Amino acid sequence: MTDLKPDLRQRPSDDRQATALPAELTARELARWSWRQVTSMRTALVLLLLLALASIPGSVIPQDNIDSLAVSQWRDNHPRLAPIWDRLDLFDVYGSVWFSAIYILLMISLVGCIIPRLFVYARALRAKPPRAPRHLSRLPESTSYTTDEDPDVVLARAARVVRGRRFRVHHVEGEDAVAAERGHLREAGNLLFHLAVIVVLVGVAAGSLFGYKGGVILLNGDDYGFSNNLTQYDDFAPGALFDPDVMEPFSFSITDFDVDWLTEGERAGMAREFVATLDYETEPGGGTETYDLKVNHPLTIGGTDVFLIGHGYAPVITIRDGEGEVTKSGPVVFLPTNAQTFESFGVVKAPFARPQQIGLEGAFYPTFAMGRDADGNLTMPSSIFGALGDPLISMSLWTGDLGLQDGSASSVYVLDKAGATQVMKPNGQPFRMDLRPGESIDLPDGLGSVTFEGVERWNKIQISRTPGKLVALAGVVLALLGLLASLFVRPRRLWVRARRQDDGTTLVELARLDRSSGGDPEDGAAELADVVAQLQDPTRTGTSNRTSRRTSSTKEDES
Amino acid sequence: MTDAQWEVLSYEGVIAAAVLYFLAMLAYFFELASLRTAAKVGAEDVELATVAARPTGASSDAGAGHAAGASRRTEVAGRLGLVLTVFAVLVHLVALVARGLAADPNRVPWGNMYEFTISGTFVVALIFVLATLRIDIEWLGPLVTTFVVAALMAAFLGLDDAVLPLPDALNSPWLVIHVVSAVISTGAFTIGALLSGLYLVKARSTATTGYLARVPEPKVLDRLSYRMHAFGFPVWTFAVLITGPIWAHQAWGAYWNWDPKEVWAFITWVVYAAYLHARATAGWRGRNAAILALVGAATLWFNFIGINFFSSSSQHSYAEGAAPEMSVVLGLAGPVEAAQEVGVVVGPDHPRA
Repeated sequence: MTDLKPDLRQRPSDDRQATALPAELTARELARWSWRQVTSMRTALVLLLLLALASIPGSVIPQDNIDSLAVSQWRDNHPRLAPIWDRLDLFDVYGSVWFSAIYILLMISLVGCIIPRLFVYARALRAKPPRAPRHLSRLPESTSYTTDEDPDVVLARAARVVRGRRFRVHHVEGEDAVAAERGHLREAGNLLFHLAVIVVLVGVAAGSLFGYKGGVILLNGDDYGFSNNLTQYDDFAPGALFDPDVMEPFSFSITDFDVDWLTEGERAGMAREFVATLDYETEPGGGTETYDLKVNHPLTIGGTDVFLIGHGYAPVITIRDGEGEVTKSGPVVFLPTNAQTFESFGVVKAPFARPQQIGLEGAFYPTFAMGRDADGNLTMPSSIFGALGDPLISMSLWTGDLGLQDGSASSVYVLDKAGATQVMKPNGQPFRMDLRPGESIDLPDGLGSVTFEGVERWNKIQISRTPGKLVALAGVVLALLGLLASLFVRPRRLWVRARRQDDGTTLVELARLDRSSGGDPEDGAAELADVVAQLQDPTRTGTSNRTSRRTSSTKEDES
Repeated sequence: MTDAQWEVLSYEGVIAAAVLYFLAMLAYFFELASLRTAAKVGAEDVELATVAARPTGASSDAGAGHAAGASRRTEVAGRLGLVLTVFAVLVHLVALVARGLAADPNRVPWGNMYEFTISGTFVVALIFVLATLRIDIEWLGPLVTTFVVAALMAAFLGLDDAVLPLPDALNSPWLVIHVVSAVISTGAFTIGALLSGLYLVKARSTATTGYLARVPEPKVLDRLSYRMHAFGFPVWTFAVLITGPIWAHQAWGAYWNWDPKEVWAFITWVVYAAYLHARATAGWRGRNAAILALVGAATLWFNFIGINFFSSSSQHSYAEGAAPEMSVVLGLAGPVEAAQEVGVVVGPDHPRA
């Protein structure tokens, strides 16, 4: 038996230390040394801090996969820096090599740290509580009393009492001390936490490798439908190992969309309670079901989730060309430029109009009003309310080559003005048309006419499939459970020694060793006092009393 | 009562609570001041008795009486500080409830930055008061009340916002669970940071009088700080890595978006994880761990206030008033390729949802 040194309070496994580089190295030694460096606690700490540090740029610099609009603006504003940022992957921090390197190293360090500890733990589970140190009174938490009882009686009772306190007890007949230990769950929790972190990572990786996320702008009404295949998406972001065959064959249309606009009070103008009524089929030919799609209430079909993300207006516009033919007729999606008033921007193209192609570009105002400055002078036209109070479109007119003939891809939301010219009024001002629903206007130069028929609505729907999300969730929950155990279970040892003294009385010594780092000396003293009370009075059951707690708690403070 | 009356009551409550915290702070400061003189008087007394070696009963009696009076004053001031803090916490609670009732429909009182601040400071004060029941921590009173008074003043001056109904994205049971856990852990981390800061100061101090002498040993400070963090960390984990992703998945369609707020919550989590590891690592215990705790608190509060000024793209920025938020989430959030292609300038009106 050896005396306990103070550093026994620390679990040895906590202190996997980085060691100095041996002077002469074989390859094997170098590998061992490197492994030890990587799996040392200090390296893990540094990697954790590096991970925190490396996350910062992504929160300050716009990220491609989060806000690519901001990225392109940033690129325009910083033409010299942008290539450097590009080379450093700063527009995609969380997918960059250096960010991945940090967390992969961290995972290696974690695995290297955890696996040996699993074996240590397995051995510790089978091991008996360590035998009592020779000088119990030297331990920081100890106490003693004398009694007339026989030492064996005291020890037998001690074994019973301590076992009753859910300690694992080791007592061999003939030895003068009982050794007990409890709180193995702490290390179990610790291991569980770290293993669960790996589970989380696996779940997240599965989601980003095999999953996809896509968006579609869908006009409201039975006439417009969406079926879940690649061609139907406006934007689509698949994972690296995404397989289109996993896409579930559902389809849906939005039959109704409802917004509750507040019209009075200081919240006037605010909208809430967006409800898109969806008719959907889980597979072609299946029965049609209805779902009220709301924010915070996605529709789940199989492993795919359907979310309501946005909404807007689609003015129905008819263009007749110079020969009187209808060359364009139907709703055109306008994108909101103001999230509250829903002032929107859009373009209408009639590339087959004769004699000239016709392009319109301009704004849609759900509730039109002329802005006024402080002096009451008219300023800019604007929308004062997001609902359809007094809808109006205000468009400018372009003719010439709209860039749609050469077959190259072009956005339906942008008017290619490279080969087009804007139509002017005789006074040199740009020609504008301001139309309310039902109104028409004849275009100058015999180009044709434009009619604003009415307004339809559209919804932005996001569809995503994230395999492994439940694995990740389970991992985090397990990690939390492990964390709770590792933080709040107090591993501790307790020894009771009883020896006959020269004067015939029995000296009973007790000592306790708290092996966690957050234990309260008061709690330890209280536990010791409790055990003493139970030993002295076998009829008493273990209820702590506060007076003994106060009186015996001073000892730790001295140590 | 009408919503407007509730709102007024809430403001009055916050002001009253702030005044009470301020008075408590004064009481604590008075306690500190008299602690100083008491210690001085005591020390002089000893000097008189030993150095001058004048064992005439009268003078030492007078000195002892003086010291006793001073220490009674000290104790009364300390008690008064705690009692005032308790009353302040009660009034603070009333103000929070009134704030929730002022909204239409009624809701939890943490829909914007102002409300989050008054909720967060409430939790800080509440944790302190509850802790005094269990452990000897009343000496933290001056720091806690000073912090709460300062935060309430900042909330009032800089963050005040109208009582708006919640935008749709916030209208979820997760608002209660997610934000309550975030507020509770913020409170615990804040107190933990005060303790760690105190640890760093105390560890360098040799003061025998005044506040630092009253504060327990560095070892005890370190342990108390650890326990605050050990309490806060799982709650933070729950808030940031469980309820947050679940809610984000429901509201935004992806459980982790690398939104700036998420990034910083993650950074805070990582730093506190490092703190917990540091406490178990040779060479990092004590001072370095305490510094890590302070760094953690800095990231926590930066995430709460600072990041809103650096990034406008966060879906968490509730600083701009609640009105545009929902329409924003509904308007342009997510990869609206179309909008990007148009190059729509979403200038000053950009919905900071």
